[in-house]
Amino acid sequence: MSVSLNPAAYTRIVPAVVFDIKRPHLLVERSLMVTRRSWVAMVSGFFEPLFYLLSIRIGLSALVGDIEVGGQLIAYDAFVAPGLMAASAMNGAVFDSTMNVFFKLKITKLYDSVLSTPLTAGDVALGEIMFAVLRGALYSTAFMVTMWVMGMVESPWFLLSVPACVLIGFAFASIGMALTTFMRSFEDFEYVPAATLPLFLFSATFYPVSQYGEWGWVVQLSPLYHGVELIRAANLGEWRVELLAHIAVLVVITVVGSAIAARRIERLLLT
Amino acid sequence: MGAVMRSGMQRRLTSWAPVRVYLRDWTFFRRMWWSVMLGSIIQPLLFLLGVGLGIGELVDNGPAAANVLGDTSYFAFYATALFATSAMFVLSQEAMWGTLDGFQWSSAHVAMISTPLTPTDVAIGKALHYAMRALFTGVGVALVLALFDDTRRVGLLLAPFGSVLTGLAFGLPIAAWTGSRTTDASFPAILRFGVIPMFLFGGAFYPITQLPGWLQPVAWITPLWHGVELCRAMVLGGTSPAQMAMHLGVLLAFCSLGLFAMTKTFAARLRA
Amino acid sequence: MGSQQSPVVGSSLVKRFGDFTAVDGIDIEVAPGEAFGFLGPNGAGKTSTMRMIGCVSPPTAGTLRIFGLDPVADGRKIRARMGVVPQLDQLDNDLTVLENLMIYGRYFDLSRKAAAARANELLEFVQLTEKADSKVDPLSGGQKRRVSIARSLINEPDLLLLDEPTTGLDPQARHVLWDRLYQLKERGATQVITTHFMDEAEQLCDRLVVMDAGKIVAEGSPQGLISKHVRREVLEVRFGYGLNESMVPKVDGVGDRIEILPDRLLLYSDDGDAALSELHRREIIPESALVRRSSLEDVFLKLTGRTLVE
Repeated sequence: MSVSLNPAAYTRIVPAVVFDIKRPHLLVERSLMVTRRSWVAMVSGFFEPLFYLLSIRIGLSALVGDIEVGGQLIAYDAFVAPGLMAASAMNGAVFDSTMNVFFKLKITKLYDSVLSTPLTAGDVALGEIMFAVLRGALYSTAFMVTMWVMGMVESPWFLLSVPACVLIGFAFASIGMALTTFMRSFEDFEYVPAATLPLFLFSATFYPVSQYGEWGWVVQLSPLYHGVELIRAANLGEWRVELLAHIAVLVVITVVGSAIAARRIERLLLT
Repeated sequence: MGAVMRSGMQRRLTSWAPVRVYLRDWTFFRRMWWSVMLGSIIQPLLFLLGVGLGIGELVDNGPAAANVLGDTSYFAFYATALFATSAMFVLSQEAMWGTLDGFQWSSAHVAMISTPLTPTDVAIGKALHYAMRALFTGVGVALVLALFDDTRRVGLLLAPFGSVLTGLAFGLPIAAWTGSRTTDASFPAILRFGVIPMFLFGGAFYPITQLPGWLQPVAWITPLWHGVELCRAMVLGGTSPAQMAMHLGVLLAFCSLGLFAMTKTFAARLRA
Repeated sequence: MGSQQSPVVGSSLVKRFGDFTAVDGIDIEVAPGEAFGFLGPNGAGKTSTMRMIGCVSPPTAGTLRIFGLDPVADGRKIRARMGVVPQLDQLDNDLTVLENLMIYGRYFDLSRKAAAARANELLEFVQLTEKADSKVDPLSGGQKRRVSIARSLINEPDLLLLDEPTTGLDPQARHVLWDRLYQLKERGATQVITTHFMDEAEQLCDRLVVMDAGKIVAEGSPQGLISKHVRREVLEVRFGYGLNESMVPKVDGVGDRIEILPDRLLLYSDDGDAALSELHRREIIPESALVRRSSLEDVFLKLTGRTLVE
């Protein structure tokens, strides 16, 4: 895949695209209309992270014992749960913004007809990202409640895990959508799990970053890692200045990703 | 009656028709076997590094490792399960989307039976293709496991055949279901509520003795648990011949029932 | 033109895709309430022109004003007053027919209530009320086309763009569509239509331009073009494949003009029957002979030397 990103070109364009976003909520409204009929599939999406959590709680926790995080000892399942929460926010956002968007962009040509109304490419990009994030937020809330019921929530600050998941969703939906505009066929999507699986496995999801030893800095490159850290910190109710850096990374990814996506959609459809 | 059946059997056994069906998938597969092979190496490798090494370190230093795993390292324990879990994932998807394509989108199966090929030929040919696909997957896992001291055993030569059996125990029954479908609407649910729970609770990540008592009998009737146990025993040993026979028997039962059902639904679909 | 502003004014419009010039410097002006047509074969530049007018394709050169506004700077404002029926029905397959219209109404900032009311009204207009709750996919080609037209009317557009509205439809479905479009014209909506069917252009358009290879080769009303470029009637005669050209000297002077095609000769004349009598008088007996009225197809043939539909 040849991805030619010329940062100068995009930063020059960003304002024009961003200022032209006025009605993204109308595309969200369309997605809600569609979801009204496919709500079963939507609800079932919540079960995957739940099964992971249950499997670890039932089987692995006893084998691993407690884990030390920030000076506190916590059960292994309570350690992994925030990682799973972040990973499912990522997976949902990536799926919604890649396959689903590609289908509408290239196969059903949905966006062609949307762009002949007063909506703009920016509305389309942000609207689709917003829906992916909205759905992710529902799953996150359900997951948070599940953790609370299972007694894994250590602090009331854990309520902040939902906005953290929203941020993760925004970041990954933006990257996903930007990359999707460069995809040529469905075969290109085989590379998507090749990117998300390593992120899922190596973002301090299943064990503390200290375990990577001198390779710990590599983990920092994973956008998911920054999300995992935010949610884990929320669960422990601990405030550190580094959290601002984690937030900043995700915000930057979101802004750059969605600007590229909007610009590319415009270029693909308005020729 | 007996003679009729025998001659029918003879025709079936001496017929090369299913092989021709299989060859169609093979020509397709051959063009991209390298990328498929790469996938069947990279994915287990990632899981091994992420789960086997990472969680392995936690488990081996954990409080219960000796009781539950004996002298086996968690790495070896988990790694050997990949023969079964990888085959399950690959073949489930091949039997769903990869097979519906022949009925619905590219209609290759429909085109086949307008030649002298019968629906049974199509089903058996498809089964051959699944077996080949599972073998590739198993060989990929074996190559990866050969890299690590803990798992470099002679049994790696045998275990890919465990992948084939496990893969078919999923692929054939699922293909039978696919044969009766016109859309892929049910497939995500099969993955979410069948395949993934088996992956998570079927003895791959920890022995099913860790599961609560009521859940263990559920694991006994899943093909994955038998596949995991079989492949693990092929590499690491420590299982009695009777147990091995039991695992083999259950997997073969899933395969033959699956193939039988597949010939039925394929026939019903293609002759309709 | 009267006091009203022309909805579409373009001068020296050019559209290039890389090295390929799709539209090569055309001038157009569409009057309010007019049904204006682009006639031409595939690849003539009709759709590229339509996309420029639809504000989804910036012109490479030249000036274009829609409702007096610049499509690049004010695309959003222009599109709000326009309805578009694209060449391929880009309906929303995830939604029902009614929902398709409603969400489209929402895109134009109609309230939910107004969008629903308008959608039901339009379904009645295109005679698809009983399909309101059906998904789009099972509909026939003609029905999908009617949904597309209903959808394009959701914002009560001042300007309607129809890109090959009846391509791929059976004759019955075409007539239903033509009837609806005629009704819309009666109500005063300005229409811009592309087509490669001359009968469609004759039916629907007050005025049209003939396009070929990105250029406008003729302009006028359908009848005006026919009377200007060809005679009123045509005598088509066939002498057998390959023999037609050799017959040209013998039929010379029978019509006012001769067009030679591989499978037949076209003799243009104001009185086709008289031309046929003249042939018989010269004792020339073709394999078959047919007298018909001239059409835009003949105009196109004369202007470009090629048939319209190949």
